Amino acid sequence: MNVAIDLADLVAIALFIYGLHELNSPATARRGNRFAMVGMAIALIGIVVRTGGIGWQAVAVGVALGAAIGIVAALKVKMTAMPQMVALYNGAGGGAAALISTVEHYVAHGGALTDVIAVSLVLSAIIGAVSFSGSIVAFLKLQEVMTGRPITYPGQQVVNALVLLAILGLAVWFIVTLGVLPSWGYVALLLGALLLGVLFVLPIGGADMPVVISLLNSFTGVAVAITGFEIGSNLLIICGALVGASGTILTVAMSRAMNRPLTNVLFGAFGATGGMEVASAGGPQQVRSTSADDVAVMLAYAAKVIFVPGYGMAVAQAQHSVKALADQLEKRGVKVLYAIHPVAGRMPGHMNVLLAEANVPYNQLLDMDDANPEFPTADVALVIGANDVTNPAARNVASSPIYGMPILDVDKASNVVVLKRSMRSGFAGIENPLYEMPNCSMLFGDAKASIDELTAAVKAL
Amino acid sequence: MNELASLVAPLTVLVLAIFVGFEVISKVPTTLHTPLMSATNAIHGIVLAGAIVISAQLFTGDHTPLLTTLAAAAVTLGAINVFGGFAVTERMLQMFKRRGDGK
Repeated sequence: MNVAIDLADLVAIALFIYGLHELNSPATARRGNRFAMVGMAIALIGIVVRTGGIGWQAVAVGVALGAAIGIVAALKVKMTAMPQMVALYNGAGGGAAALISTVEHYVAHGGALTDVIAVSLVLSAIIGAVSFSGSIVAFLKLQEVMTGRPITYPGQQVVNALVLLAILGLAVWFIVTLGVLPSWGYVALLLGALLLGVLFVLPIGGADMPVVISLLNSFTGVAVAITGFEIGSNLLIICGALVGASGTILTVAMSRAMNRPLTNVLFGAFGATGGMEVASAGGPQQVRSTSADDVAVMLAYAAKVIFVPGYGMAVAQAQHSVKALADQLEKRGVKVLYAIHPVAGRMPGHMNVLLAEANVPYNQLLDMDDANPEFPTADVALVIGANDVTNPAARNVASSPIYGMPILDVDKASNVVVLKRSMRSGFAGIENPLYEMPNCSMLFGDAKASIDELTAAVKAL
Repeated sequence: MNELASLVAPLTVLVLAIFVGFEVISKVPTTLHTPLMSATNAIHGIVLAGAIVISAQLFTGDHTPLLTTLAAAAVTLGAINVFGGFAVTERMLQMFKRRGDGK
């Protein structure tokens, strides 16, 4: 019987790997996800059979509750809030890993554990707890329950280092005694790890949150792999390692897109220090505001228009309106393109997902390298709620915190129109000199309302 | 020493899985990064299997209400990770459905 379950595990693992492979291409991605789902079902049924249904009370209650919460939340959440949902689900996984270690520890009734179990138990408890609390802070920041700005205070890194040292000290104590230590020792370790997760994410600004979520995703993967050592399961080791590896790759890819080393993202307190030097003598920026009718004329008689969507479009749920405007313009023979910065929105691919939802054809979506050569020949660059990714300070202001980040060259277009709610600076908290350029004008208001006005005005022409 | 010897097999599995993870994932286009992150997030929901194992272990011996609650909480969190993770991924990928042409 056990052989049969081991083989079922093997099938599940093969399905996970093949599913991930299928996620490489938009054409097969959905199938890939289905393969992974089937793999998960097989693996979970195998586990239940293996345990002979012992403890089914806790399992039944937990699964019913968790499935209900997870599925309902996933179906109800707005597409724009996807990134923070991923953060929450990721935190749940980390929390589960930490709880498994906790139960394992107390089930031993203070009896000594083996070396391997002691080490893996304490590691998965720490990493899981950090991932849990860190993900919740990331969620709160993206949901704007708390400020998205970096939260810093003097001596922050010293405090973090001390907390980490204390945790490591407790971990060594746990391992040396093979888990035979006063109860407060383990509780302190767990609370310390939860605290570290919070402290670790607090100084990181909202603009960098995708990188953090990706990193925490790989943390949870590592915690799960270590849990596999703890309970002796190849299934957990393999799945955890797959996710740990993928999360690392994504994290590195995202920091690379921002042209900053990962350490700078994590410990640089982006936008909190020295960010304001870019501001013109601290005074309010001199910008030109315009009206929907003026912009409509500009758009309608252009030969080529490039839309530059950002988080503002996501917040306003303006993707369908954007498509409607594009349809109107195309009807008049205007060539419409979309320029997608790799970190536009809150996650790589965030804009693509939203525009795909609005049925924007794939071949109109250009990534940064393809889009930038198009700007010099474009009549209008219409920036829809994007800010930092268009900031020319990244090119030439060495003191800017985003100096060196590749940006979309919207300022090279003949005209730039920026749709923005107000003159508030972007998520990174940096002023944007683009807005003061002579070829740039601002159309203030909610992105969706503004686009709808533009569409109506173009139609009326 | 004996324990160390029993570690070799799972460590081998771990290292191989890491390499497979790098290989199978590194070619994904940027467009699919968010769904991919979401899918991998769902896959580490396999931690639910660990929570089920630990619940079984707990119920084999005597168990306090506190530990039972903790085990049930672990199962709940694991289930949120699995079901929520796959549902969100599926919803994201729905957006790519009508995409027979292009790219």
